[in-house]
Amino acid sequence: MSKPVIATTSLAGCFGCHMSILDIDERILQLIELVEFNKSPVDDIKTFTKPVDIGIIEGGCCNSENVEVLKSFRKNCRILISLGECAIMGGLPALRNGIPVEECIHEAYIGGPTVQLNKDHILPNDDELPMLLDKVYPCHEIVKIDYFLPGCPPRADLIWDALVALITGDPMKLPYEVIKFD
Amino acid sequence: MEKLVKQTIEKYGSDPNRLMDMLIDTQEQFGYIGPEAVATLAHGLQLSQVDVEQTITFYHFLSTKPRGKYAIYLNNSAVAHMFGRDAIKDAFEREAGIRFGQVTEDGLIGLYDTACIGMNDQEPAAIINNKVFTRLTPYRVREIIRHMRLGKSLDELVNESYGDGRNQHPNLKTMVSSNIRRKGMILSDNYVMGKVLREVLPGISPEAVIAEIKHSHIRGRGGAGFPTGFKWEFCRKAKGEKHYVICNADEGEPGTFKDRVILTEKPELVFEGMALAGYAIGGDEGILYLRYEYRYMKDYLESVLQSMRFQQLLGTNIGGIEGFHFDIRIQFGAGAYVCGEESALLESLEGKRGEPRDKPPFPVEKGYLNQPTIINNVETFATAVRIVENGGEWFTQFGTEDSTGTKILSISGDCMFPGVYEVNWGFNVEDMLDMVGAYDVQAVQVGGPSGTLIGPDEFHRTLGYSDLSTGGSMIIFGKQRNLLRDVVLNFMEFFIDESCGSCSTCRNMPQVLRNKLVKILNGKGVKKDLTDLREWSKTLLASRCGLGQTAANPIVSSLKNFRHLYEELLQKDIEFDEGFDMKASVESSCKYVGRVPKFHH
Repeated sequence: MSKPVIATTSLAGCFGCHMSILDIDERILQLIELVEFNKSPVDDIKTFTKPVDIGIIEGGCCNSENVEVLKSFRKNCRILISLGECAIMGGLPALRNGIPVEECIHEAYIGGPTVQLNKDHILPNDDELPMLLDKVYPCHEIVKIDYFLPGCPPRADLIWDALVALITGDPMKLPYEVIKFD
Repeated sequence: MEKLVKQTIEKYGSDPNRLMDMLIDTQEQFGYIGPEAVATLAHGLQLSQVDVEQTITFYHFLSTKPRGKYAIYLNNSAVAHMFGRDAIKDAFEREAGIRFGQVTEDGLIGLYDTACIGMNDQEPAAIINNKVFTRLTPYRVREIIRHMRLGKSLDELVNESYGDGRNQHPNLKTMVSSNIRRKGMILSDNYVMGKVLREVLPGISPEAVIAEIKHSHIRGRGGAGFPTGFKWEFCRKAKGEKHYVICNADEGEPGTFKDRVILTEKPELVFEGMALAGYAIGGDEGILYLRYEYRYMKDYLESVLQSMRFQQLLGTNIGGIEGFHFDIRIQFGAGAYVCGEESALLESLEGKRGEPRDKPPFPVEKGYLNQPTIINNVETFATAVRIVENGGEWFTQFGTEDSTGTKILSISGDCMFPGVYEVNWGFNVEDMLDMVGAYDVQAVQVGGPSGTLIGPDEFHRTLGYSDLSTGGSMIIFGKQRNLLRDVVLNFMEFFIDESCGSCSTCRNMPQVLRNKLVKILNGKGVKKDLTDLREWSKTLLASRCGLGQTAANPIVSSLKNFRHLYEELLQKDIEFDEGFDMKASVESSCKYVGRVPKFHH
């Protein structure tokens, strides 16, 4: 059997969850033995080059590009995992959800106390830029997500155990210390 | 204003535990509790203003903003909707020229929704400045509003005749009907006031009273079914400076109104039961915690208490028993379902937000003002009198082995004769439906929204603690009703409104479940939504009190017994649909920055 293929991405996240993936330390060598990485910041492959078994998503969706990337992951991956608070609940970025998006843009580009240079009150509207969504959505409100790994970030051991369980088909151990996140 | 508020403070002995009374008086005096009143109360009671405000904002009938000279609270229960509430609401809005939740510019009229006001057998009903208006029609609504504008008094707004029975009492005079349709030991005419206090108690000890109650196997009539005898015994044995007897008349479960009827027709029986309980547990103070929706009974019940004092059935040396002192006062809630939960009720009695306490300790050990307290339902106290009068053994011949005695049912919905029926426990649903003249029945909600929704294949089941447990609410739904939209959704909205917000489970999950239900009702549901509803509901069991623990019941029980209704609405051959709409979600930001949305797909 060929090695399972993994892809990862960070949407509206801080890359903290990816740091936590790296936090599995020397087990990363073991991981390379067990799996093959496809589209991922870990190996810098930008586009899917083959069907993927496990897609790992960090971050929720705050703009149109996030949504497109997430949908492409759903299309190309057999299993999708929401990794961490932002992917599961929207996380910190979702703090803006109670505020109209117009106010957020105004605060960021015109009214905010640290905005000094934008004298002409230019708002980012180039077609090349992703379009901002009205609020930050958790991934499972956009596409079907198969598994959720909570934490901010989820601990390396949780990520490791989940991947090993998925690859070997063994049941996953979830001791309290690994899923507590308060 | 300051002077009047100060007088109110003095009236209640400057006791912060009586904050609720002061707030209610202030609200009634001014139509709201403004910043000045809050400051005066806080200063006079040595509380922070936030303490006063947090109590005000917890209760539906208290407000920091003016509610209008006439504050109209229109009942929002499922049965009210079944009997034409929408037309009534519409008529109110048109005639008053405002929407619900608003006050007219001249400050004359305010319109508000309110949870079940205990009038399910005479809907649609509304409360206007503490007066209950039942069986409303659009014509009457227009007339009432017109008369308000003409400056007529509250009494002049009424042109209906008074209800049946004691609703015609000079101190009550209300159009509310009792609709007693079946009498048993509690509603019976053979009750002789004071017989137990004067003739039975002098001959037996408090312990013997408790023994009779235990022997009767009576269980609490509020719904939870805790054995009353044990409760009284635990309380008697608990050490404290003072023992309290509290009657829970916060009848908030939608569809139940039997306590209103008992308190209207047999208040002496209830008060005698409280005095009896005082004798049994060694307490000399009783409090009737009455829901604010029944404020119209205040003068009447006070007059009953007064007449019982004159007859030495309350006061000192009751029934000629040396040292048996007991008196009762009435304290009101202010519109909060959760205050029917006994520890939340205690918080409310002490002038605080009605948030349930952690248990243990239980109220029998640390209750009102941290003293040993029994809290029983109106019906339980009434029943206790008949037990002590006739003996525990006599009582066990009624009902079934595990559910002795009678139960007063509040029956409403699609039937010929809604009202109050006292039946022996063990009655089955089929007989009940025949008794009330209900035909073509689709479902029965047993025990209110927190209970169970059952269909015809379960109508053989019997009422009792081991089968269908109920605090008395029975709502019947005919074949013409849309159970999910008209009933389950209404009940979920009810729980969302009434959650005290203390536990995150109860604060959030009912909204999540409601949203999923709405999604299904809108034809956007998929199969997984049903699994989610079932599984996610379980998290509510972690809530602190019964409200949270049962808040998913409308969905859980309808999903179990009427799954086909959900399945019919699901999208076929689609595995996933959360309804995300990219176009709609980028619209506002693109418009604001001045760009035309473009999509790649």
